[in-house]
Amino acid sequence: MSAPAEARTALRRTPLYDLHRELGAKLIDFGGWEMPVQYAGILEEHRAVRERVGIFDVSHMGELEVTGEDALSSLQWLTPNDVGRLADGRCHYTAFLTEQGTFVDDLLVYRKRADSWLLVVNASNTPKDFEWARAHSRGNVNVVDASNRYALIAVQGPRAAALLGGLAADDPSDLAYYAFRETSVAGFPALVSRTGYTGEDGFEIYLAPENAEPVFRSLLEEGRAEGAAPCGLGARDTLRLEARMALYGNDIDETVTPWEADLGWIVKMKKGDFVGREALAWQKTEGVPRKLVGFEMVDRGIARHGHPARTASGDGVVTSGTHSPTLGKPIGLALLPTAASAVGSGFEVDIRGRAARAQVVETPFYKRAKSVAGVEEER
Amino acid sequence: MNPEDLHYTTSHEWVRIDGDVGTIGITDYAQKELGEIVYLELPEVGHMFNADDEFGTVESVKAVSELFTPLAGEIVDVNKAAIAEPGIVNDDPFGDGWLIKMKLTTDEEIAKLMSAADYAEYVKQEEKER
Repeated sequence: MSAPAEARTALRRTPLYDLHRELGAKLIDFGGWEMPVQYAGILEEHRAVRERVGIFDVSHMGELEVTGEDALSSLQWLTPNDVGRLADGRCHYTAFLTEQGTFVDDLLVYRKRADSWLLVVNASNTPKDFEWARAHSRGNVNVVDASNRYALIAVQGPRAAALLGGLAADDPSDLAYYAFRETSVAGFPALVSRTGYTGEDGFEIYLAPENAEPVFRSLLEEGRAEGAAPCGLGARDTLRLEARMALYGNDIDETVTPWEADLGWIVKMKKGDFVGREALAWQKTEGVPRKLVGFEMVDRGIARHGHPARTASGDGVVTSGTHSPTLGKPIGLALLPTAASAVGSGFEVDIRGRAARAQVVETPFYKRAKSVAGVEEER
Repeated sequence: MNPEDLHYTTSHEWVRIDGDVGTIGITDYAQKELGEIVYLELPEVGHMFNADDEFGTVESVKAVSELFTPLAGEIVDVNKAAIAEPGIVNDDPFGDGWLIKMKLTTDEEIAKLMSAADYAEYVKQEEKER
């Protein structure tokens, strides 16, 4: 059996590193960060989130603070979604785009006030995003990379609201999806948003780094009755893929546009100009050459990121692929020529030299049974 | 731990010799490193392999690893139960979680494999280097 080679550069650690070791986590290099990939096991942690509640350290994520009197107009220019629609205490999913309309990154934008915003970006893209946002900002606006001042804990699953309810100063179950507030958790100041990357109800808790460990411990302790489990990035990946949430660097990057990624809903063409708009307008007229689609395997095998895909209309590529713990079978996302991207279309994946048949299917692969608080998710 | 009557490879396979038939699987250390195994790709009966040939793959949710033959021979059986329920390999890597049986071409190469004690030492070194 061959083991994957591991790089030996100095890895960055989150404030929860020691606790991960104490909990017996298996740690891996994730984009330069030494992160827990699993504790008890990916399948078990995945199940914990789908059925109960899971607690994730995602402190590696980057945080940019955007302030100043022109913050709103600047963010309208920087991002394709319409920040003008956000009230104080609301956030949404959006992106930074290149002039070609492709993804510099995907991110969440939080509006605290019209002149104070928080942007949450992918860990490995943080320096790039910071430079990009600074370079493209307009008017009286200040962009700060505040990543070192934030730890981030995600609490995800049908029992998340009950768990957090026992610890937060304000009942989190009355937060709407993609709403947030500054409150306290286990006695520590925290920004709590009803967001996540798992396809379940859940919350993300932004904290000062020194408060991350006591809060994580309190969540584990309080969560015992709810069947809470610490969860690693392995389960985070299977959970997000079942929910068809894109992973930057796998499914989307600087070659993929929102139209191609089926993320057109984050692009508000009528809101006014923004970086990448012209290219997106052009592509909308011309039509997209390829589309990101969900697939299942017809033959045996697990298609993985980077495996070539072959269709009658040309070549494509698998961008994400794994064994779906919920469905008990292999699933994935692939960029396929548009002519070959309709649901039901068959194609072939080259799995390490073996041709295996696959079929385009509807996504998401998994959708939770019911919504909460009567507020529909903004997507 | 590692059964005394088996022979081990540096790529973490084991082989149990019974006459001219070798039963092959992956070690307990290997299954732990992989995590929960969700997929096995194994050869068909009748395939011939040299020693150190890739004969299949084992996949956990995150990782894919190739499998290598400890010895040369012809595949005479594959563990269909393990293909159907790969978790067996995690639960019982040295027993019900075996992978293939081969009719061995020669027994001369056995001397190149490690004993249980040597393998335990090898794993210790490998862990230290990480």
